[in-house]
Amino acid sequence: MYCLMSSWPSMSSSSSCFLGQTHFDSRTPNACLPTKDSWICKYVATPATETTAHTTKVSRNANIAKLQAGYLFPEIARRRSAHMLKYPEAQVISLGIGDTTEPIPEVITSGMAKKAHALSTLEGYSGYGAEQGEKQLRAAIALTYYGDLSIEESDIFVSDGAKSDISRLQVMFGSNVTMAVQDPSYPAYVDSSVILGQTGQFQKDVEKYRNIEYMKCNPENGFFPDLSTVSRTDIIFFCSPNNPTGNAATREQLTRLVQFAKDNGSILVYDSAYAMYISDDSPRSIFEIPGAKEVAIEVSSFSKYAGFTGVRLGWTVVPKELRYSDGFPVAKDFNRIVCTTFNGASNISQAGGMACLSPEGLEAMHKVVGFYKENTNRIMETFTSLGFSVYGGQNAPYVWVRFPGQSSWDVFSEILEKTHVVTTPGSGFGPAGDGFIRVSAFGHRGNVLEACKRFKQLWQ
Amino acid sequence: MLLPSILYFIRPSSVGFVENGLVHLCVCTRVTRNLNMEKLRNGYLFPEIAMRELEHMKKYPTAKVISLGIGDTTEPIPDVVTSSMANHARRLSTVEGYRGYGAEQGNKALRKAIAETLYGDLPIKDTEIFVSDGSQCDISRLQLLLGSNVTIAVQDPTFPAYIDSSVIIGQTGDFQDETGKYQNIEYMPCRPQNNFFPDLTTTATTDVIFICSPNNPTGHAASRKQLEQLVEFARANGSIIIFDSAYAAYVTDDSPRSIFEIPGAREVAIEISSFSKFAGFTGVRLGWTVVPDELLFSNGFPVIKDFNRIVCTCFNGASSVAQAGGLACLSSDGLMAVQSVVDYYKENAKILGDTFTSLGLDVYGGINAPYAWVHFPGMKSWDVFTELLEKTHIITVPGCGFGPGGEEHIRVSAFGHRECILEASRRLKSLLS
Repeated sequence: MYCLMSSWPSMSSSSSCFLGQTHFDSRTPNACLPTKDSWICKYVATPATETTAHTTKVSRNANIAKLQAGYLFPEIARRRSAHMLKYPEAQVISLGIGDTTEPIPEVITSGMAKKAHALSTLEGYSGYGAEQGEKQLRAAIALTYYGDLSIEESDIFVSDGAKSDISRLQVMFGSNVTMAVQDPSYPAYVDSSVILGQTGQFQKDVEKYRNIEYMKCNPENGFFPDLSTVSRTDIIFFCSPNNPTGNAATREQLTRLVQFAKDNGSILVYDSAYAMYISDDSPRSIFEIPGAKEVAIEVSSFSKYAGFTGVRLGWTVVPKELRYSDGFPVAKDFNRIVCTTFNGASNISQAGGMACLSPEGLEAMHKVVGFYKENTNRIMETFTSLGFSVYGGQNAPYVWVRFPGQSSWDVFSEILEKTHVVTTPGSGFGPAGDGFIRVSAFGHRGNVLEACKRFKQLWQ
Repeated sequence: MLLPSILYFIRPSSVGFVENGLVHLCVCTRVTRNLNMEKLRNGYLFPEIAMRELEHMKKYPTAKVISLGIGDTTEPIPDVVTSSMANHARRLSTVEGYRGYGAEQGNKALRKAIAETLYGDLPIKDTEIFVSDGSQCDISRLQLLLGSNVTIAVQDPTFPAYIDSSVIIGQTGDFQDETGKYQNIEYMPCRPQNNFFPDLTTTATTDVIFICSPNNPTGHAASRKQLEQLVEFARANGSIIIFDSAYAAYVTDDSPRSIFEIPGAREVAIEISSFSKFAGFTGVRLGWTVVPDELLFSNGFPVIKDFNRIVCTCFNGASSVAQAGGLACLSSDGLMAVQSVVDYYKENAKILGDTFTSLGLDVYGGINAPYAWVHFPGMKSWDVFTELLEKTHIITVPGCGFGPGGEEHIRVSAFGHRECILEASRRLKSLLS
């Protein structure tokens, strides 16, 4: 039996954060337990038959070690579960994770059911699809969402959702690019950047990763970054309508953003997953802005339009005009990524997507989106009536509520404890999110109204 | 691939480049192309084959092209499975049946079913199973997990995704035209002479070892003894085995179906698998990865924790409809039904194998896998591919597409309607006899 001295980090080492993150699994038998101040292993009594735990000699990926905690939303889910265990009788209402709740319209699900049945027939069976997506779906997306914007079917890559696309884009960009994000922002942009090795360490004092440019978005700047203070980065992630603030950038703002990207030779990754929630004349696609095709990639999703959060379907637009500094078309590399690291979205989900984009499907999606927008209105009204500063909500299914001077995790916990309503603490989206709570508007109407009632009870 | 020979800076944000003697003016960004992408040679193998098929069909519009190239399943999925998926889809239209985001690791019932049904009495827990949208995606997510600072070993020949994903993530050096290999990858020759299993005594130590068994493309299923040696090798060198068992359902003899049949494997191996060739799910998209709790990085950190983080950050779960199908596959009716389709393909493989054998060619595989690996001594595999395509309108895959060790071989896949297989067999006999 050997002492695994060489495989244990010094207790004072900060490079391995697993000691902080996890408890040592007591099932792992009889390993050397590091004592507090020394390298000397202390043996635990072991039955003769058991052996010491084997560790490989493969170093843990230092990039993953930089991540501070779990991904935000599983953390919220954990807290929700813990709360439900604590209060088994409580009717917990979830306005936290932006998870759709309403049934998918029948025109769409019957499209999927039909495809499923067809797979059992000789004529209807299909195997591998094109990795970029089925031609007719790509064409339908181009026509429906980019009709007069001269985005072609071949510019569109169908996927299993925006989250996967974000990572595939990061894999394509590689580790030697710098990126800028809004602060606050959807956590997948930052986390995928860390994983790919684009960033430095997390700095606890400012709650930011080194080497990421954080573009503050707050009420004071109308939730649009002051571009005059933003350093040049290779990639700029921008989400509009925004998750979590709910703000939709104006045409004028996006024109400035595109110009900024052009002047800096940057690539804009524009997340338009909530475009259908826009009420006013804010742009729904970055490609409405002249010149955007030479600087932008657009990512979108059926998740919040069609309730496809579990079905998994989205798309990315990479215009032919977008080129790297050596003239190489970005779309060619993205195509290679898609062909090598992916094998296409599920053909059943794609059949659902086709049904979504039929006239009946579009109408049905608008209805469901309208339903969630009405939820958003109720939530906004509630918080406004209680005297809070309320943002977003008009163009997105998220309401961004200010709790000045308070830690957002504390507010989250208080709301959960006292009203049994799950929200999302703003700091989960970045340091500028602290002092805010995100309330998502996905829920059955009854639950949303009940939650509003409880908010009133708490704060009136 | 564009090779700009001169770059002109016209305005701060625009560039021109010269291609084919013409000056192109365009607005380029100032983002440097990922050098790892530049290292990749040509397109990924299978889209290449698909392209050649299309070109051939344009050239001979009346020819009945038979595809024994890309390993794409052809037979309908059993009703018991598709009706389950259809039902799940329909239920998404109901208040009680609607489901939103699933757990990124997969539906619990499915994870349990995989553990119990497919790993039987092996101590694999449902919590060690991560349901995915297929092996090709899992391989890349594993590469993201491992990062750029690890070294890999692959069989030669091998399924190209292990190599290509390694290049993309930055684990390799440049491609060397003379050898047909990327620098910094350890290629483990698998030939008839070494019984299609690497000679581990001459294999350099790497962090990760990719092994596929039953093998794509050679069709060889590693024996228990070979896998015991592999596990011992990995233990001694501190390596992680990534074991691709996508074709386990095709095993005919008593070759192991899972690396975890080998004692000690839990501390050195990850297993990936797929419903693609098992249930005809090539388009439906469903697979899984097993990461045992005992698998630890050098600092003692459990690999499963990091893989979970990757799955939660870079993925959002396999489609719930596909997962419903997976669950149906693992019911007792489902298992019987999908196995009979597997048997159908195995019979195809036998027909093709016998055909080549009867023509005096050395044929490998075909018994434990849906691929026949045919030797054409002294011939370049792309030449054989082209000749077969030209003269019999049959698509195969040139062995060198799987690595330099595949040269002189052709992979013939056994997925196809029986009458196509028989027709292919007839054409081959008339060409080669």
